[in-house]
Amino acid sequence: MSNLAILPILIPLLAGIWLAFIAKKLPLARGSAKFLSILNLAIVIYIFFHVQQNGTLILEMGDWKAPFGIIIVGDLLAVTLVLTTNLVAVAAAFFAPKSLSDKQEGFYFYAFFFWLISGVSGAFLTGDLFNLFVFFEVLLMASYALIVLGGGKAQLRESIKYLLLNLFSSMLFVTAIAFIYAVVGTVNMAQIAERVQEVEQQGILTTIAILLFFVFATKAAVFPLYYWLPNSYSVPNPVVSALFGALLTKVGIYSILRVFTLIFTHEPGLTHNLFLWLAGLTMIFGVIGALSTHNVKLIVAYNIIPAVGFMLMGIGIFTETAISGTVYYLVHDMIIKGALFLLVGALAHLAGTSDLRKMGGMIHHYPFLGWMFFLASLVLAGIPPFSGFIGKLLLLQGGLAEEEVIIVIVTLVTSLLILFSMIRIFIGAFWGEKNEDITVNKRAADGYVWPIAGLLALSVTLGVGAEWFYPAIQSIAEYLMAPELYIDSVLKE
Amino acid sequence: MEIIMSILAGLLFATGVYNLLQKQLLRIAIGTALISHGAHLFILTMGGLKGGAPPILVEGIEQYTDPLPQALILTSIVISFGVTSFLVVLAYRASEVNGTDNIEELRGNDYE
Repeated sequence: MSNLAILPILIPLLAGIWLAFIAKKLPLARGSAKFLSILNLAIVIYIFFHVQQNGTLILEMGDWKAPFGIIIVGDLLAVTLVLTTNLVAVAAAFFAPKSLSDKQEGFYFYAFFFWLISGVSGAFLTGDLFNLFVFFEVLLMASYALIVLGGGKAQLRESIKYLLLNLFSSMLFVTAIAFIYAVVGTVNMAQIAERVQEVEQQGILTTIAILLFFVFATKAAVFPLYYWLPNSYSVPNPVVSALFGALLTKVGIYSILRVFTLIFTHEPGLTHNLFLWLAGLTMIFGVIGALSTHNVKLIVAYNIIPAVGFMLMGIGIFTETAISGTVYYLVHDMIIKGALFLLVGALAHLAGTSDLRKMGGMIHHYPFLGWMFFLASLVLAGIPPFSGFIGKLLLLQGGLAEEEVIIVIVTLVTSLLILFSMIRIFIGAFWGEKNEDITVNKRAADGYVWPIAGLLALSVTLGVGAEWFYPAIQSIAEYLMAPELYIDSVLKE
Repeated sequence: MEIIMSILAGLLFATGVYNLLQKQLLRIAIGTALISHGAHLFILTMGGLKGGAPPILVEGIEQYTDPLPQALILTSIVISFGVTSFLVVLAYRASEVNGTDNIEELRGNDYE
């Protein structure tokens, strides 16, 4: 019992309210946003080390004992993801003033930004299936407001589709919760996990499991439910795209990871094999999408989809090595997708177009940006010694140990094609003759560089210092493979 | 009673999905509202329907109504209220800016 666990939800929530009041006073709002995001990060780092030393943090709201009241569960997985979220958030808070117009900032950007962070942290930390739905709605509501910020023609058009799809899947989520409540009589995740073992008719549980998977897969953009993602992630402002690309699909993957390691482990032959198939198809279709377009923002948006496939593959294989690969990849992907979206946002702004065919020779004007993009491509594709490599290595090890050869081959081919799609941007946009027509904007470029450089440095550290991070990731995987640890820590006594 | 309510929820889902598949934005908004009503009725039904009993548990009382589904529905209703009203405003703006409220015509490849 400790109030620490709620701080990552509460601080951004209050910060958002404060920033809603001072939204029109831009210098104050910018300063507050930077300060509050760093403050939140500092607290989350403290919580992370606290959890690592003292074990899972549990907060029972209003002292209502575990299965009856609302609980917040800060286990190592949740806290690690909250920490990564806040790292991306700090970079976004520093990037935002450079990339948004004054008018857009004034229209409550920072307030919704903090509410988004609050919703994402809440989704990671909650120990209750219904509250997962509520936090999904908190983050979605903030994302609806952020995606239409600016109100361009294409933006409004795409955000309607985004909203409708998420609204529909949220309603299915509620329906799935109603089913679960009818079968096991509780919405507390630990108690559901405990009671699921005792249910006699396993058939209905599998049905519910697939319904829940459908909901999470829609949010996570798994094949064949990814069609909404590329367009709606490429139309908003770069900093908004970066937040979405780094955080939102990962919440879906986290939910699948949590629910299918803790609750629905009764029939892995059906559910987890389905995941493997879908993971393979997700990788193939995602990377084909990335190769099909000349729009740099769309290429990066499509690259989210194969990454989702990699993480789903680890859950499908369902061994300790594979799960640790998924967790590693989850952390890696949050950071690198944030960096990449900021990079292509900066690139498109500096070049004045997001069409690859109209760009060229940018490296003569912006060498630092160019080489950072090259580095980011290598990290994303998983070239050793960067962090993408470690995650994929663990996934492939897990796959080979279970003799899932086909998915391993698909993963390798997909990684190669991802590298190809990224290098295509590098060659098309940065190489080539020096274009004298471009009005060089050194000041804007310098402003863009530092938040991106910070994220990239983190990503490289995560890869080069893998030996230092791996024990923590491995202990998370061990913990996930033994659901009774979670159940015992929540339903103690 | 539960059977009738389940059928009603199913009907609401069916009409909601039918409306969701229409081309006019307003019809789509109505469709989402119907689906959320269906989902809410469904929670109520799944909690078990017992008429006339108080939602409390005191020792010795056997007959009581489960209070949790009601709390869940209330939360969910508030959320879908908010989202639906946002959707209606967004649909209005989008149809004004794009000059059409036909979802078939709301596609294109210009990404500004």
